[in-house]
Amino acid sequence: MGKNEKNSDARVGSFTVKSGLAQMLKGGVIMDVVSVEHAVIAEEAGAVAVMALERVPADIREHGGVARMSDPALIKAIIESVSIPVMAKCRIGHFVEAQILEAIGVDYVDESEVLTPADERHHIDKHAFTIPFVCGCRDLGEALRRIGEGAAMIRTKGEAGTGDIVEAVRHARTVLGAIRDLKAKPDDELMAYAKDIGAPYEVVKQTKEQGRLSVVNFAAGGIATPADAALMMQIGVDGVFVGSGIFKSDNPALRAKAIVEATTHYKDPKILAEISQNLGEPMVGISVSTLAEGETLADRGW
Amino acid sequence: MVMKIGVLALQGAFIEHIHMLRQIGVEAVEVRLPEDLEDLDGLIIPGGESTTIGKLAVMYQLMDPLRQFAVDRPVWGTCAGMILMAKAIGMDQPLLSVMDIVVERNAFGRQKDSFQEDLYVKVLKNGDSIPFPGIFIRSPRLVQTRGRAVKIASRADGTAVAAVENKLLATAFHPELTSDTRFHQYFLSLIRQ
Repeated sequence: MGKNEKNSDARVGSFTVKSGLAQMLKGGVIMDVVSVEHAVIAEEAGAVAVMALERVPADIREHGGVARMSDPALIKAIIESVSIPVMAKCRIGHFVEAQILEAIGVDYVDESEVLTPADERHHIDKHAFTIPFVCGCRDLGEALRRIGEGAAMIRTKGEAGTGDIVEAVRHARTVLGAIRDLKAKPDDELMAYAKDIGAPYEVVKQTKEQGRLSVVNFAAGGIATPADAALMMQIGVDGVFVGSGIFKSDNPALRAKAIVEATTHYKDPKILAEISQNLGEPMVGISVSTLAEGETLADRGW
Repeated sequence: MVMKIGVLALQGAFIEHIHMLRQIGVEAVEVRLPEDLEDLDGLIIPGGESTTIGKLAVMYQLMDPLRQFAVDRPVWGTCAGMILMAKAIGMDQPLLSVMDIVVERNAFGRQKDSFQEDLYVKVLKNGDSIPFPGIFIRSPRLVQTRGRAVKIASRADGTAVAAVENKLLATAFHPELTSDTRFHQYFLSLIRQ
């Protein structure tokens, strides 16, 4: 790769270039992959980025124990194998895992509730990094706290590893509905509102002015079919993460490609009908309503 | 007659272009299928993932209609759009190959190397004196311009990052992520020519 000499005026790591990468991912599908082989299938299917990890969330659930950052050797091998951006997960609050991910050239860090949290009170100070972070949220307060800490992209959490879309819908509707309500609020109520939802006042004010989150907002956690992806897009998110939904299905390559097409043509039911045909069995999944307390991942994060 | 410009909306930062076009008084529409190209005065291919956009363009039979469009109507590609317009990129992926330029993908490194740099671009209004904010995200660069393609912007170290060929325009950076409308105005001037 013909790398050029850095110009002294060039500024790396500004918030504009961090959030800008997420803007380039919009309307796309980010896929969980656990091997070089998966990563190549994902890129070939039209993924805009891959999330490199050792186990997909469904297997993390099954495996139990402490879930940590993946082996850097695996992540590096995946980085070498594709031309699209590579993301990787670190534990909530584990800033050293994030430093390691930055050092090996990961393009985006997901500070993720899918892994076992390292800090039960604090998330990472994401302003301190050159590479951008994406963080999960269930409601507007959580989203704006993460943006306050420097997240350059948000995803609604859903319930990872279930193949059940219900939590993804709940979280997206909760965040987007709260923004619609916020837009109607007079300015003199914003301080009390910020206090109520536990979010920084300035970020609340900015969100009201822009009428949307100030960063890109994807949906995650439970997307298993092209219709699921199109549902989240019609509800109003900017793109989708698909974790276990692709590589836990019968025919990952076909399903991955169909979900990519559905995310582009989400408003066109005729096209959606065509691409939803003959994809083989989706992942079996677990209904979220059958999960015991303590088995849900979305409650992690503060 | 209000000018009508399409923005290829298969994937990527198409809304940002649409907002900027509307801000400067132009009608802007999303293009996802070949029939969406009718009645357009020009087209923008936005930033995004060039592999994703290329694959979707192939799947939905857009490649030939886009090439046909570029024969007599202005097209502007930003970042991934510039890659798609190139004749060669040294990698195997679908290209429109409508501009006589050679481009290198991810030429400045990974996301940790993404940067902002002020550019002096003569073809823009006050381009000699007022710099244009260049936002480079996992950006490509121009390796070569051939035939009638000429470079119109370079980094301070001389690396070429924008070119024009008749009514075709390519930029490695993202004017749609700034509040500076001069590049969009310049594209309108190519349409009016």
